[in-house]
Amino acid sequence: MFEPNKYETVVGLEVHVELHTKSKIFCGCSTSFGAPPNSHTCPVCLGHPGVLPVLNRQALEYAMKAAMALNCQIADISKFDRKNYFYPDSPKAYQISQFDKPVGEHGWIDIEVNGQTKRIGITRLHLEEDAGKLTHIDGGFGSLVDFNRVGTPLVEIVSEPDIRTPEEAKAYLEKLKAIMLYCEVSDVKMEEGSLRCDANISIRPYGQEQFGTRAELKNMNSFRGVQRGLEYEEMRQADILDGGGKVVQETRRWDETQGKTFTMRSKEEAHDYRYFPDPDLVQIHIDDEWKARVRASIPELPDARKARYTADFGLPSYDAEVITASKKLADFFEESLQYTKDAKSVSNWIMGDLLGYLNAGGLDLESIKLTGQGLGEMIGLMEKGTISSKIAKTVFKEMLETGKRPQQIVEEQGLVQISDEGAIAEVVDRIVSANPQSVEDFKAGKEKAIGFLVGQVMKETKGKANPALVNKLLLARLNQ
Amino acid sequence: MSISIKDVEHVANLARLELSEQEKEQFAGQLNAILKYAEKLNELQTDDVEPTTHVLPVRNVMREDAIRESVANETALRNAPDDEDGQFKVPAVLE
Repeated sequence: MFEPNKYETVVGLEVHVELHTKSKIFCGCSTSFGAPPNSHTCPVCLGHPGVLPVLNRQALEYAMKAAMALNCQIADISKFDRKNYFYPDSPKAYQISQFDKPVGEHGWIDIEVNGQTKRIGITRLHLEEDAGKLTHIDGGFGSLVDFNRVGTPLVEIVSEPDIRTPEEAKAYLEKLKAIMLYCEVSDVKMEEGSLRCDANISIRPYGQEQFGTRAELKNMNSFRGVQRGLEYEEMRQADILDGGGKVVQETRRWDETQGKTFTMRSKEEAHDYRYFPDPDLVQIHIDDEWKARVRASIPELPDARKARYTADFGLPSYDAEVITASKKLADFFEESLQYTKDAKSVSNWIMGDLLGYLNAGGLDLESIKLTGQGLGEMIGLMEKGTISSKIAKTVFKEMLETGKRPQQIVEEQGLVQISDEGAIAEVVDRIVSANPQSVEDFKAGKEKAIGFLVGQVMKETKGKANPALVNKLLLARLNQ
Repeated sequence: MSISIKDVEHVANLARLELSEQEKEQFAGQLNAILKYAEKLNELQTDDVEPTTHVLPVRNVMREDAIRESVANETALRNAPDDEDGQFKVPAVLE
Protein backbone atom coordinates (compact mmCIF):
# COMPACT_ATOMS: atom_id res chain seq x y z
CA MET A 1 0.00 0.00 0.00
CA PHE A 2 1.22 3.47 -0.84
CA GLU A 3 0.63 5.62 2.22
CA PRO A 4 1.17 9.30 1.46
CA ASN A 5 2.34 10.02 5.01
CA LYS A 6 4.90 7.22 4.88
CA TYR A 7 6.47 7.71 1.45
CA GLU A 8 7.13 10.74 -0.68
CA THR A 9 6.95 10.43 -4.46
CA VAL A 10 9.49 12.11 -6.74
CA VAL A 11 8.64 12.51 -10.41
CA GLY A 12 10.43 14.09 -13.35
CA LEU A 13 8.81 14.23 -16.78
CA GLU A 14 10.30 14.12 -20.26
CA VAL A 15 7.87 15.50 -22.78
CA HIS A 16 8.27 15.44 -26.55
CA VAL A 17 6.28 17.98 -28.51
CA GLU A 18 6.09 17.93 -32.31
CA LEU A 19 6.55 21.36 -33.83
CA HIS A 20 4.05 22.11 -36.55
CA THR A 21 6.37 23.30 -39.27
CA LYS A 22 5.28 22.61 -42.84
CA SER A 23 8.46 20.72 -43.70
CA LYS A 24 10.81 18.45 -41.77
CA ILE A 25 13.65 19.69 -39.61
CA PHE A 26 16.54 18.85 -41.98
CA CYS A 27 14.87 18.38 -45.39
CA GLY A 28 11.91 19.65 -47.41
CA CYS A 29 9.60 16.65 -46.98
CA SER A 30 6.11 17.44 -45.72
CA THR A 31 5.27 16.79 -42.06
CA SER A 32 1.52 16.36 -42.61
CA PHE A 33 -0.12 13.61 -40.60
CA GLY A 34 -1.92 10.63 -42.10
CA ALA A 35 -0.25 10.37 -45.55
CA PRO A 36 0.24 6.92 -47.14
CA PRO A 37 3.32 5.15 -45.68
CA ASN A 38 6.71 6.24 -47.01
CA SER A 39 5.31 8.95 -49.27
CA HIS A 40 7.02 11.82 -47.42
CA THR A 41 10.62 10.71 -47.55
CA CYS A 42 13.78 11.66 -49.43
CA PRO A 43 17.45 10.63 -49.37
CA VAL A 44 18.12 13.02 -46.44
CA CYS A 45 15.49 11.68 -44.03
CA LEU A 46 16.04 8.11 -45.23
CA GLY A 47 19.65 8.50 -44.15
CA HIS A 48 21.30 7.74 -47.47
CA PRO A 49 25.09 8.19 -47.55
CA GLY A 50 26.50 11.52 -48.67
CA VAL A 51 23.40 13.66 -48.11
CA LEU A 52 23.54 16.94 -46.25
CA PRO A 53 20.91 17.95 -43.69
CA VAL A 54 20.10 21.68 -43.49
CA LEU A 55 18.30 23.12 -40.46
CA ASN A 56 14.77 24.48 -40.88
CA ARG A 57 14.87 28.03 -39.52
CA GLN A 58 11.22 27.89 -38.45
CA ALA A 59 11.85 24.78 -36.34
CA LEU A 60 14.66 26.53 -34.49
CA GLU A 61 12.58 29.66 -33.93
CA TYR A 62 9.63 27.60 -32.64
CA ALA A 63 12.00 25.86 -30.22
CA MET A 64 13.34 29.24 -29.07
CA LYS A 65 9.79 30.54 -28.66
CA ALA A 66 8.73 27.49 -26.64
CA ALA A 67 11.85 27.72 -24.46
CA MET A 68 11.22 31.42 -23.78
CA ALA A 69 7.59 30.74 -22.88
CA LEU A 70 8.89 28.20 -20.34
CA ASN A 71 11.13 30.89 -18.85
CA CYS A 72 14.33 29.24 -20.09
CA GLN A 73 17.60 31.01 -20.75
CA ILE A 74 18.32 30.82 -24.47
CA ALA A 75 21.74 29.62 -25.56
CA ASP A 76 24.08 32.06 -27.27
CA ILE A 77 25.67 29.10 -29.05
CA SER A 78 23.79 25.91 -29.76
CA LYS A 79 24.73 22.82 -31.74
CA PHE A 80 23.51 19.41 -32.85
CA ASP A 81 24.87 16.02 -31.82
CA ARG A 82 24.40 12.47 -32.98
CA LYS A 83 22.77 10.06 -30.57
CA ASN A 84 23.80 6.59 -31.71
CA TYR A 85 21.54 3.57 -31.42
CA PHE A 86 20.35 0.72 -33.62
CA TYR A 87 16.63 0.46 -33.99
CA PRO A 88 14.65 0.09 -37.21
CA ASP A 89 12.68 3.30 -36.59
CA SER A 90 15.90 5.24 -37.21
CA PRO A 91 17.30 4.78 -40.74
CA LYS A 92 20.65 6.45 -40.00
CA ALA A 93 21.29 4.41 -36.83
CA TYR A 94 21.60 7.76 -35.06
CA GLN A 95 19.20 10.50 -34.16
CA ILE A 96 20.20 14.12 -34.62
CA SER A 97 19.60 15.67 -31.23
CA GLN A 98 21.31 18.13 -28.87
CA PHE A 99 23.61 16.99 -26.08
CA ASP A 100 25.47 19.69 -24.19
CA LYS A 101 24.25 22.86 -25.88
CA PRO A 102 20.46 22.75 -25.90
CA VAL A 103 18.40 25.68 -27.16
CA GLY A 104 17.11 26.49 -23.66
CA GLU A 105 17.96 25.72 -20.03
CA HIS A 106 16.99 26.66 -16.45
CA GLY A 107 13.31 27.42 -17.00
CA TRP A 108 10.17 26.94 -14.90
CA ILE A 109 6.41 26.94 -15.01
CA ASP A 110 3.83 27.42 -12.27
CA ILE A 111 1.10 24.87 -11.76
CA GLU A 112 -1.95 24.96 -9.52
CA VAL A 113 -3.11 21.93 -7.53
CA ASN A 114 -5.80 22.11 -4.84
CA GLY A 115 -5.73 25.89 -4.94
CA GLN A 116 -1.96 25.99 -4.27
CA THR A 117 0.52 27.39 -6.77
CA LYS A 118 3.74 25.44 -7.18
CA ARG A 119 6.78 26.11 -9.34
CA ILE A 120 8.21 23.22 -11.36
CA GLY A 121 11.71 23.65 -12.76
CA ILE A 122 12.53 22.94 -16.40
CA THR A 123 16.01 21.53 -16.77
CA ARG A 124 16.28 21.96 -20.52
CA LEU A 125 14.54 22.17 -23.84
CA HIS A 126 16.30 20.82 -26.88
CA LEU A 127 15.56 20.33 -30.55
CA GLU A 128 15.74 16.95 -32.27
CA GLU A 129 14.26 14.86 -35.06
CA ASP A 130 11.45 12.36 -34.63
CA ALA A 131 11.81 8.66 -35.50
CA GLY A 132 9.73 6.50 -37.85
CA LYS A 133 6.72 4.41 -36.99
CA LEU A 134 6.88 0.63 -36.49
CA THR A 135 3.96 -1.73 -36.91
CA HIS A 136 4.46 -5.26 -35.65
CA ILE A 137 3.10 -8.03 -37.89
CA ASP A 138 3.31 -11.76 -38.49
CA GLY A 139 2.44 -12.56 -34.92
CA GLY A 140 5.49 -10.69 -33.68
CA PHE A 141 7.99 -12.11 -36.17
CA GLY A 142 8.27 -9.05 -38.39
CA SER A 143 7.84 -5.29 -38.35
CA LEU A 144 6.83 -2.75 -40.99
CA VAL A 145 8.49 0.66 -40.99
CA ASP A 146 6.94 3.91 -42.16
CA PHE A 147 9.50 6.73 -42.35
CA ASN A 148 7.05 9.59 -42.97
CA ARG A 149 7.49 10.82 -39.41
CA VAL A 150 11.28 10.59 -39.45
CA GLY A 151 12.68 14.11 -39.33
CA THR A 152 9.59 15.82 -37.95
CA PRO A 153 10.95 18.49 -35.62
CA LEU A 154 10.50 17.81 -31.92
CA VAL A 155 11.35 19.63 -28.76
CA GLU A 156 12.16 17.53 -25.75
CA ILE A 157 11.30 19.28 -22.50
CA VAL A 158 12.88 17.81 -19.37
CA SER A 159 11.54 18.81 -15.97
CA GLU A 160 13.43 18.90 -12.71
CA PRO A 161 12.40 16.15 -10.24
CA ASP A 162 10.12 18.71 -8.56
CA ILE A 163 6.83 16.89 -9.07
CA ARG A 164 5.54 15.16 -5.92
CA THR A 165 2.19 13.60 -6.87
CA PRO A 166 0.53 12.08 -9.95
CA GLU A 167 -1.94 14.94 -9.77
CA GLU A 168 0.87 17.47 -10.02
CA ALA A 169 2.21 15.56 -13.03
CA LYS A 170 -1.14 15.94 -14.76
CA ALA A 171 -1.35 19.64 -13.88
CA TYR A 172 2.19 20.13 -15.24
CA LEU A 173 1.27 18.47 -18.55
CA GLU A 174 -1.90 20.51 -18.85
CA LYS A 175 0.00 23.74 -18.27
CA LEU A 176 2.72 22.70 -20.72
CA LYS A 177 0.09 21.90 -23.33
CA ALA A 178 -1.65 25.24 -22.77
CA ILE A 179 1.62 27.15 -23.19
CA MET A 180 2.50 25.29 -26.41
CA LEU A 181 -0.97 26.03 -27.80
CA TYR A 182 -0.76 29.70 -26.88
CA CYS A 183 2.65 29.96 -28.57
CA GLU A 184 1.23 28.20 -31.62
CA VAL A 185 4.34 26.07 -32.05
CA SER A 186 2.42 22.77 -31.96
CA ASP A 187 -1.14 21.53 -32.22
CA VAL A 188 -0.41 19.23 -29.23
CA LYS A 189 -2.70 16.36 -30.10
CA MET A 190 -1.82 13.45 -27.88
CA GLU A 191 -3.96 11.09 -29.96
CA GLU A 192 -1.86 11.93 -33.05
CA GLY A 193 1.31 11.60 -31.03
CA SER A 194 2.25 15.26 -31.26
CA LEU A 195 2.74 15.29 -27.47
CA ARG A 196 4.35 12.27 -25.81
CA CYS A 197 5.41 11.83 -22.24
CA ASP A 198 7.84 9.58 -20.36
CA ALA A 199 8.13 9.73 -16.59
CA ASN A 200 10.85 8.97 -14.06
CA ILE A 201 9.35 8.02 -10.73
CA SER A 202 10.78 6.97 -7.39
CA ILE A 203 9.55 6.99 -3.83
CA ARG A 204 11.46 7.56 -0.59
CA PRO A 205 10.55 7.38 3.09
CA TYR A 206 9.43 10.78 4.34
CA GLY A 207 12.34 12.84 5.57
CA GLN A 208 14.95 10.95 3.58
CA GLU A 209 16.98 13.33 1.47
CA GLN A 210 18.39 10.88 -1.03
CA PHE A 211 16.11 9.92 -3.93
CA GLY A 212 14.91 6.32 -4.14
CA THR A 213 15.71 4.09 -7.14
CA ARG A 214 13.64 5.20 -10.08
CA ALA A 215 11.67 3.47 -12.78
CA GLU A 216 11.20 5.02 -16.20
CA LEU A 217 7.63 4.79 -17.45
CA LYS A 218 6.75 4.73 -21.14
CA ASN A 219 3.70 4.32 -23.34
CA MET A 220 1.30 6.60 -21.51
CA ASN A 221 -0.99 7.91 -24.20
CA SER A 222 -3.11 10.42 -22.34
CA PHE A 223 -2.77 12.83 -19.41
CA ARG A 224 -5.10 10.57 -17.48
CA GLY A 225 -2.86 7.63 -18.43
CA VAL A 226 0.17 9.43 -17.03
CA GLN A 227 -1.64 10.03 -13.76
CA ARG A 228 -2.86 6.43 -13.54
CA GLY A 229 0.52 4.98 -14.50
CA LEU A 230 2.24 7.01 -11.79
CA GLU A 231 -0.40 6.02 -9.22
CA TYR A 232 0.15 2.37 -10.06
CA GLU A 233 3.92 2.75 -9.86
CA GLU A 234 3.71 4.46 -6.42
CA MET A 235 1.81 1.44 -5.19
CA ARG A 236 4.12 -1.10 -6.79
CA GLN A 237 7.25 0.52 -5.38
CA ALA A 238 5.70 0.97 -1.92
CA ASP A 239 4.78 -2.73 -1.87
CA ILE A 240 8.38 -3.66 -2.69
CA LEU A 241 9.82 -1.40 0.03
CA ASP A 242 7.19 -2.49 2.57
CA GLY A 243 8.20 -6.10 1.92
CA GLY A 244 11.84 -5.25 2.62
CA GLY A 245 12.81 -5.46 -1.06
CA LYS A 246 14.68 -3.11 -3.37
CA VAL A 247 13.30 -1.26 -6.39
CA VAL A 248 15.21 -2.14 -9.57
CA GLN A 249 16.17 0.63 -11.94
CA GLU A 250 14.47 -0.24 -15.21
CA THR A 251 12.17 0.91 -17.99
CA ARG A 252 8.54 -0.10 -17.59
CA ARG A 253 5.67 0.01 -20.04
CA TRP A 254 2.23 1.25 -18.98
CA ASP A 255 -0.62 -0.98 -20.16
CA GLU A 256 -3.74 1.13 -20.33
CA THR A 257 -6.25 -1.74 -20.55
CA GLN A 258 -4.75 -3.77 -17.71
CA GLY A 259 -4.00 -0.67 -15.64
CA LYS A 260 -0.52 -1.97 -14.79
CA THR A 261 3.12 -1.40 -15.66
CA PHE A 262 5.40 -4.14 -17.04
CA THR A 263 9.15 -4.51 -17.39
CA MET A 264 10.32 -3.79 -20.92
CA ARG A 265 12.99 -6.04 -22.34
CA SER A 266 15.70 -3.49 -22.80
CA LYS A 267 19.43 -4.09 -22.87
CA GLU A 268 21.66 -2.13 -20.51
CA GLU A 269 24.06 -0.88 -23.15
CA ALA A 270 21.18 0.52 -25.18
CA HIS A 271 21.68 3.65 -23.10
CA ASP A 272 25.29 4.06 -24.19
CA TYR A 273 24.51 6.58 -26.92
CA ARG A 274 28.07 7.81 -27.63
CA TYR A 275 26.98 11.37 -28.44
CA PHE A 276 29.29 13.42 -30.62
CA PRO A 277 28.87 16.70 -32.53
CA ASP A 278 27.18 16.23 -35.90
CA PRO A 279 29.81 17.31 -38.44
CA ASP A 280 27.13 17.95 -41.10
CA LEU A 281 25.41 20.70 -39.13
CA VAL A 282 27.25 23.89 -38.25
CA GLN A 283 26.92 25.76 -34.97
CA ILE A 284 24.03 28.11 -34.33
CA HIS A 285 24.88 31.50 -32.89
CA ILE A 286 21.88 33.31 -31.46
CA ASP A 287 22.41 37.02 -30.85
CA ASP A 288 20.30 39.31 -28.66
CA GLU A 289 18.57 40.93 -31.60
CA TRP A 290 17.37 37.53 -32.83
CA LYS A 291 16.21 36.53 -29.36
CA ALA A 292 14.30 39.80 -28.99
CA ARG A 293 12.58 39.27 -32.33
CA VAL A 294 11.40 35.78 -31.34
CA ARG A 295 10.39 36.96 -27.86
CA ALA A 296 8.19 39.65 -29.39
CA SER A 297 6.18 36.94 -31.17
CA ILE A 298 5.04 35.32 -27.90
CA PRO A 299 1.41 36.20 -27.11
CA GLU A 300 -0.07 36.76 -23.67
CA LEU A 301 0.39 33.41 -21.89
CA PRO A 302 -2.19 31.50 -19.79
CA ASP A 303 -0.90 32.69 -16.40
CA ALA A 304 -1.07 36.33 -17.45
CA ARG A 305 -4.57 35.87 -18.86
CA LYS A 306 -5.67 34.08 -15.74
CA ALA A 307 -4.44 36.93 -13.56
CA ARG A 308 -6.29 39.41 -15.78
CA TYR A 309 -9.53 37.40 -15.63
CA THR A 310 -9.54 37.26 -11.85
CA ALA A 311 -8.52 40.91 -11.44
CA ASP A 312 -10.53 42.58 -14.19
CA PHE A 313 -13.60 40.35 -14.43
CA GLY A 314 -13.72 39.06 -10.86
CA LEU A 315 -13.71 35.42 -12.04
CA PRO A 316 -12.95 32.79 -9.39
CA SER A 317 -9.44 31.38 -9.78
CA TYR A 318 -10.82 27.97 -10.74
CA ASP A 319 -12.96 29.38 -13.57
CA ALA A 320 -10.02 31.42 -14.85
CA GLU A 321 -7.78 28.32 -14.80
CA VAL A 322 -10.24 26.21 -16.77
CA ILE A 323 -10.97 28.87 -19.37
CA THR A 324 -7.35 29.87 -19.95
CA ALA A 325 -6.21 26.25 -20.32
CA SER A 326 -7.08 26.61 -24.00
CA LYS A 327 -6.31 29.73 -26.01
CA LYS A 328 -9.31 29.16 -28.24
CA LEU A 329 -11.62 28.89 -25.24
CA ALA A 330 -10.13 32.03 -23.69
CA ASP A 331 -10.56 33.88 -27.00
CA PHE A 332 -14.17 32.65 -27.12
CA PHE A 333 -14.72 33.93 -23.57
CA GLU A 334 -13.35 37.35 -24.46
CA GLU A 335 -15.45 37.53 -27.60
CA SER A 336 -18.59 36.87 -25.54
CA LEU A 337 -17.69 39.70 -23.21
CA GLN A 338 -18.00 42.19 -26.05
CA TYR A 339 -21.75 41.55 -25.92
CA THR A 340 -22.39 41.29 -22.18
CA LYS A 341 -20.72 42.57 -19.03
CA ASP A 342 -21.63 39.51 -16.99
CA ALA A 343 -18.33 37.60 -17.03
CA LYS A 344 -19.41 35.11 -14.38
CA SER A 345 -22.49 34.20 -16.37
CA VAL A 346 -20.38 33.68 -19.52
CA SER A 347 -17.99 31.55 -17.50
CA ASN A 348 -20.84 29.45 -16.08
CA TRP A 349 -22.25 28.76 -19.54
CA ILE A 350 -18.79 27.88 -20.87
CA MET A 351 -17.81 25.60 -17.99
CA GLY A 352 -21.19 23.94 -17.67
CA ASP A 353 -23.17 23.69 -20.90
CA LEU A 354 -20.43 24.31 -23.46
CA LEU A 355 -17.63 22.11 -22.05
CA GLY A 356 -20.20 19.48 -21.10
CA TYR A 357 -21.38 19.37 -24.71
CA LEU A 358 -17.84 19.30 -26.14
CA ASN A 359 -16.59 16.62 -23.76
CA ALA A 360 -19.64 14.41 -24.21
CA GLY A 361 -19.23 14.44 -27.99
CA GLY A 362 -15.42 14.44 -28.02
CA LEU A 363 -15.62 17.72 -29.97
CA ASP A 364 -13.53 20.85 -30.03
CA LEU A 365 -14.52 24.49 -30.40
CA GLU A 366 -13.77 24.64 -34.12
CA SER A 367 -16.12 21.79 -34.90
CA ILE A 368 -19.23 23.50 -33.51
CA LYS A 369 -21.22 26.44 -34.83
CA LEU A 370 -21.65 28.40 -31.63
CA THR A 371 -19.58 31.58 -31.45
CA GLY A 372 -18.52 33.75 -28.53
CA GLN A 373 -20.72 36.46 -29.99
CA GLY A 374 -23.75 34.14 -29.95
CA LEU A 375 -23.27 33.26 -26.30
CA GLY A 376 -22.70 36.91 -25.34
CA GLU A 377 -25.83 38.04 -27.18
CA MET A 378 -27.88 35.28 -25.58
CA ILE A 379 -26.81 36.35 -22.11
CA GLY A 380 -27.67 39.91 -23.15
CA LEU A 381 -31.23 38.75 -23.98
CA MET A 382 -31.49 37.19 -20.52
CA GLU A 383 -30.31 40.42 -18.92
CA LYS A 384 -32.98 42.38 -20.78
CA GLY A 385 -35.63 39.91 -19.65
CA THR A 386 -36.42 38.91 -23.24
CA ILE A 387 -35.81 35.23 -22.43
CA SER A 388 -35.80 33.28 -19.19
CA SER A 389 -32.86 31.15 -18.10
CA LYS A 390 -34.92 28.09 -18.93
CA ILE A 391 -35.58 29.28 -22.47
CA ALA A 392 -31.89 30.17 -22.73
CA LYS A 393 -31.09 26.47 -22.49
CA THR A 394 -33.24 25.85 -25.57
CA VAL A 395 -31.67 28.77 -27.43
CA PHE A 396 -28.18 27.57 -26.48
CA LYS A 397 -28.84 24.10 -27.81
CA GLU A 398 -30.17 25.54 -31.06
CA MET A 399 -27.11 27.77 -31.42
CA LEU A 400 -24.80 24.79 -30.94
CA GLU A 401 -26.52 22.96 -33.76
CA THR A 402 -27.33 25.71 -36.23
CA GLY A 403 -25.06 28.62 -35.32
CA LYS A 404 -28.02 31.00 -35.68
CA ARG A 405 -28.02 34.27 -33.75
CA PRO A 406 -30.04 34.04 -30.50
CA GLN A 407 -32.37 36.89 -31.50
CA GLN A 408 -33.30 35.00 -34.67
CA ILE A 409 -33.96 31.75 -32.79
CA VAL A 410 -36.16 33.54 -30.27
CA GLU A 411 -38.18 35.21 -33.05
CA GLU A 412 -38.51 32.12 -35.24
CA GLN A 413 -39.65 29.88 -32.40
CA GLY A 414 -41.70 32.45 -30.49
CA LEU A 415 -39.60 32.01 -27.39
CA VAL A 416 -39.97 35.54 -26.04
CA GLN A 417 -40.58 35.46 -22.32
CA ILE A 418 -44.15 36.17 -21.20
CA SER A 419 -44.01 39.10 -18.83
CA ASP A 420 -47.64 40.09 -19.26
CA GLU A 421 -49.13 39.84 -15.75
CA GLY A 422 -52.65 39.36 -17.02
CA ALA A 423 -51.68 36.43 -19.22
CA ILE A 424 -49.71 34.73 -16.48
CA ALA A 425 -52.45 35.34 -13.88
CA GLU A 426 -54.87 33.56 -16.16
CA VAL A 427 -52.67 30.46 -16.28
CA VAL A 428 -52.07 30.65 -12.52
CA ASP A 429 -55.85 30.64 -11.94
CA ARG A 430 -56.27 27.61 -14.12
CA ILE A 431 -53.45 25.65 -12.43
CA VAL A 432 -54.63 26.51 -8.92
CA SER A 433 -58.18 25.34 -9.74
CA ALA A 434 -56.93 22.12 -11.28
CA ASN A 435 -54.72 21.17 -8.32
CA PRO A 436 -56.74 21.57 -5.11
CA GLN A 437 -54.57 19.02 -3.27
CA SER A 438 -51.39 21.02 -3.77
CA VAL A 439 -53.16 24.20 -2.70
CA GLU A 440 -54.34 22.41 0.42
CA ASP A 441 -50.81 21.14 1.13
CA PHE A 442 -49.39 24.60 0.77
CA LYS A 443 -51.95 26.10 3.09
CA ALA A 444 -51.21 23.33 5.58
CA GLY A 445 -47.62 24.59 5.68
CA LYS A 446 -45.98 22.39 3.05
CA GLU A 447 -43.92 25.07 1.33
CA LYS A 448 -42.65 22.59 -1.20
CA ALA A 449 -46.07 22.34 -2.81
CA ILE A 450 -45.55 25.72 -4.48
CA GLY A 451 -42.66 24.29 -6.47
CA PHE A 452 -45.01 21.83 -8.09
CA LEU A 453 -47.48 24.59 -8.96
CA VAL A 454 -44.73 26.79 -10.44
CA GLY A 455 -43.62 23.81 -12.51
CA GLN A 456 -47.15 23.34 -13.82
CA VAL A 457 -47.40 27.00 -14.83
CA MET A 458 -44.04 26.82 -16.63
CA LYS A 459 -45.13 23.66 -18.38
CA GLU A 460 -48.38 25.26 -19.47
CA THR A 461 -46.49 28.25 -20.91
CA LYS A 462 -43.83 26.04 -22.48
CA GLY A 463 -41.25 27.57 -20.15
CA LYS A 464 -41.84 31.06 -21.47
CA ALA A 465 -43.45 32.63 -18.38
CA ASN A 466 -41.19 35.00 -16.46
CA PRO A 467 -40.36 32.84 -13.40
CA ALA A 468 -40.21 35.80 -10.99
CA LEU A 469 -43.66 36.91 -12.04
CA VAL A 470 -45.03 33.37 -11.78
CA ASN A 471 -43.77 33.16 -8.22
CA LYS A 472 -45.18 36.51 -7.29
CA LEU A 473 -48.61 35.93 -8.82
CA LEU A 474 -48.92 32.40 -7.49
CA LEU A 475 -48.11 33.48 -3.95
CA ALA A 476 -50.60 36.32 -4.17
CA ARG A 477 -53.29 33.94 -5.44
CA LEU A 478 -52.61 31.31 -2.74
CA ASN A 479 -52.63 33.87 0.03
CA GLN A 480 -55.93 35.36 -1.05
CA MET B 1 44.12 5.27 -20.49
CA SER B 2 44.32 1.85 -22.00
CA ILE B 3 41.83 -0.21 -23.94
CA SER B 4 41.13 -3.70 -22.61
CA ILE B 5 39.71 -6.67 -24.49
CA LYS B 6 36.52 -6.03 -22.55
CA ASP B 7 36.32 -2.48 -23.89
CA VAL B 8 36.74 -3.78 -27.43
CA GLU B 9 33.96 -6.30 -26.85
CA HIS B 10 31.69 -3.58 -25.50
CA VAL B 11 32.25 -1.21 -28.41
CA ALA B 12 31.96 -4.04 -30.94
CA ASN B 13 28.68 -5.05 -29.39
CA LEU B 14 27.35 -1.49 -29.60
CA ALA B 15 28.34 -1.37 -33.27
CA ARG B 16 26.81 -4.85 -33.85
CA LEU B 17 30.18 -6.25 -34.92
CA GLU B 18 31.20 -9.83 -34.33
CA LEU B 19 34.94 -10.15 -33.77
CA SER B 20 37.14 -13.22 -33.44
CA GLU B 21 39.45 -13.53 -30.44
CA GLN B 22 42.39 -12.70 -32.67
CA GLU B 23 40.65 -9.58 -34.01
CA LYS B 24 39.86 -8.41 -30.49
CA GLU B 25 43.57 -8.62 -29.60
CA GLN B 26 44.54 -6.90 -32.80
CA PHE B 27 42.04 -4.01 -32.42
CA ALA B 28 42.85 -3.52 -28.74
CA GLY B 29 46.47 -3.04 -29.76
CA GLN B 30 45.62 -0.63 -32.57
CA LEU B 31 43.19 1.39 -30.47
CA ASN B 32 45.79 1.73 -27.72
CA ALA B 33 48.33 2.95 -30.24
CA ILE B 34 45.88 5.59 -31.51
CA LEU B 35 45.05 6.79 -28.00
CA LYS B 36 48.72 6.95 -27.12
CA TYR B 37 49.38 9.10 -30.16
CA ALA B 38 46.52 11.41 -29.21
CA GLU B 39 47.87 11.67 -25.69
CA LYS B 40 50.58 13.93 -27.05
CA LEU B 41 47.89 16.64 -26.96
CA ASN B 42 47.90 16.43 -23.18
CA GLU B 43 51.28 18.08 -23.21
CA LEU B 44 49.58 21.31 -24.32
CA GLN B 45 47.99 23.76 -21.91
CA THR B 46 44.33 23.89 -23.05
CA ASP B 47 42.55 25.22 -19.97
CA ASP B 48 41.40 28.37 -21.75
CA VAL B 49 40.57 26.75 -25.07
CA GLU B 50 36.96 26.01 -25.98
CA PRO B 51 36.47 22.44 -27.23
CA THR B 52 36.32 22.43 -31.02
CA THR B 53 33.09 21.03 -32.38
CA HIS B 54 33.46 22.21 -35.96
CA VAL B 55 36.51 23.21 -37.94
CA LEU B 56 34.71 25.30 -40.55
CA PRO B 57 34.29 29.02 -39.86
CA VAL B 58 30.65 28.75 -40.94
CA ARG B 59 27.59 29.21 -38.75
CA ASN B 60 23.79 29.59 -38.95
CA VAL B 61 23.25 27.72 -42.19
CA MET B 62 19.50 27.32 -42.47
CA ARG B 63 16.71 26.81 -44.97
CA GLU B 64 13.26 28.35 -45.05
CA ASP B 65 10.30 26.17 -44.03
CA ALA B 66 9.16 25.20 -47.52
CA ILE B 67 7.96 21.81 -48.73
CA ARG B 68 9.92 20.16 -51.51
CA GLU B 69 8.75 17.15 -53.41
CA SER B 70 9.50 13.83 -51.75
CA VAL B 71 10.60 10.75 -53.66
CA ALA B 72 8.03 8.19 -54.85
CA ASN B 73 7.20 5.32 -52.54
CA GLU B 74 8.82 2.79 -54.96
CA THR B 75 12.00 4.87 -55.05
CA ALA B 76 12.12 5.06 -51.27
CA LEU B 77 11.76 1.28 -51.05
CA ARG B 78 14.30 0.51 -53.78
CA ASN B 79 17.06 -0.28 -51.27
CA ALA B 80 14.80 -2.00 -48.77
CA PRO B 81 15.90 -5.55 -47.97
CA ASP B 82 12.23 -6.51 -48.01
CA ASP B 83 8.95 -4.62 -48.22
CA GLU B 84 5.24 -5.08 -47.76
CA ASP B 85 2.28 -2.72 -48.29
CA GLY B 86 4.52 0.21 -49.18
CA GLN B 87 6.56 -0.21 -46.02
CA PHE B 88 10.06 -1.40 -45.18
CA LYS B 89 9.88 -4.89 -43.73
CA VAL B 90 12.36 -5.85 -41.07
CA PRO B 91 12.79 -8.73 -38.62
CA ALA B 92 10.87 -8.19 -35.42
CA VAL B 93 12.65 -6.10 -32.84
CA LEU B 94 11.50 -6.69 -29.34
CA GLU B 95 11.56 -3.99 -26.78
